[in-house]
Amino acid sequence: MWRDALAVAAKDLRIEARSRVTTNQVAPYAVLVLLLFGFAFDQNTQLLRQAAPGLFWVAVLFSSLLAVARSFALESADGARDGLRMWGLDPAGVFLGKAAAVAVQLFGLEILLGGGIVFLFGTDLRGWGLLVASTVAATIGLAASGTVYGMMAAGLRVRETLLPLLMLPVVAPVLLGATEAWRVALALTSDDGWRWFTLLGTFASIYCALGVLGFGALLEGA
Amino acid sequence: MSLIPKPTGTANRTTRVLGAGALVTAAFTAWVGLIESPPDVTQGQLVRIIYVHPAAATACYVAFGLCALSSVAYLWPRTRSRRWDLLAGASAEVGVVFCVLTLVTGSIWGRGSWGVWWTWDARLTLTALLLALFLGYLALRRSGGDGESRARRSAVAAVCFSVVVPIDHYATSWWRTLHQGDTLLKVDPSIHGWQLVGMAASFVAQLLILSWLLLHRYRLEQLEDRYETEGFAAALTERRAEAAVDAGSAAALAPTPTAQAAPEASSAPAGQPAPERENSQ
Repeated sequence: MWRDALAVAAKDLRIEARSRVTTNQVAPYAVLVLLLFGFAFDQNTQLLRQAAPGLFWVAVLFSSLLAVARSFALESADGARDGLRMWGLDPAGVFLGKAAAVAVQLFGLEILLGGGIVFLFGTDLRGWGLLVASTVAATIGLAASGTVYGMMAAGLRVRETLLPLLMLPVVAPVLLGATEAWRVALALTSDDGWRWFTLLGTFASIYCALGVLGFGALLEGA
Repeated sequence: MSLIPKPTGTANRTTRVLGAGALVTAAFTAWVGLIESPPDVTQGQLVRIIYVHPAAATACYVAFGLCALSSVAYLWPRTRSRRWDLLAGASAEVGVVFCVLTLVTGSIWGRGSWGVWWTWDARLTLTALLLALFLGYLALRRSGGDGESRARRSAVAAVCFSVVVPIDHYATSWWRTLHQGDTLLKVDPSIHGWQLVGMAASFVAQLLILSWLLLHRYRLEQLEDRYETEGFAAALTERRAEAAVDAGSAAALAPTPTAQAAPEASSAPAGQPAPERENSQ
């Protein structure tokens, strides 16, 4: 399973490195979303600084939709999805590999967007322990759930519109948990930030388990 | 023999009894709620929403729970049957109806009680998320594909959604809660007399309405499923029979060379397209 996962992740990341869709299209889109938030909040720096954690995670969420859609668009051409099945790869390995590739891309985007909120909103990043831990848990949760729902929508005529409808309500607790954890880390509130990390970790574990167990059924059904 | 039973309609004796029971209990609830029950000391007339809202919310949760259980039964190899998929689809649809009713009545109550149509209360947010999840589920069910793959995809989706509900619950509860706690399920309920009777009747009425709607919707799903699987073959058979009748009548009316060729058309072996016939009109 792990060897298959590594092979699939390496394949997806190699295709992304060659096609540069994430760096040339998704990353500029994510930064553009931050700029638009600046317009929407009328350049009110105080307000932007207060709302920065939420805006950051909304931008990550929108970008993750593109990353997931891209991950499954790779498999739609030239019967690649049938190839995945015919190679005899472990479906759990395919799930873990695709989720890992999406997570790596999201980590890259988060570093870029983190720089973006420091530069554009004047956010002072601190509380690094909670900040990094919650980011890792939230990213794994987003990548795992995105891969499950991406596979669910793959191959359907309405996949572009169906994916956000399926994925956004599901990842609402990730948005909520990650935003609150970041607000605690950035000292914008005095809540217990680690319980949000627990929630994010639980979400990520559940979706990793669901993906490992259920991806075979989805792959067969696609 | 087809695995799917072939109902000719969506009503039977059970649905008629359920429908009558639902009508009677709903009328009784309306009588108690609007006439017998007095206004509340603190909430005034606004309290009458309790004869609709809590029962609708319960019916919504029951329907969504049934959808999740049916989906598990479909995915479990030992219990896999198309019936579970149809039941999951029917309960999701009915659940969405009750979820909308819950949100609308809750919003009306919130406007009167809190002064706003919407507030970011934990249960409100959770119910709105549930509605969004199951609208996605219904969209997935209608997104095409063959019956087997659609059923499998939908079942996995329902299981994934039901697993995320407790997390949603914790997330929204930790975030904020303003909502009223349990009223009925306490050792000493905080309502008495006609209010208690009316509220209990509303639960019975809405659960009967839920069962009635669910049975009709399930049977409709069966008919739709039957139409999808057998509709084309039935239409083809009907068309062939029609062509044979037309050809026969044309031969009787006009013994022309065209009509003489018609018996050959009617005797074409099954599975092969009948020769194109002349326009007899």
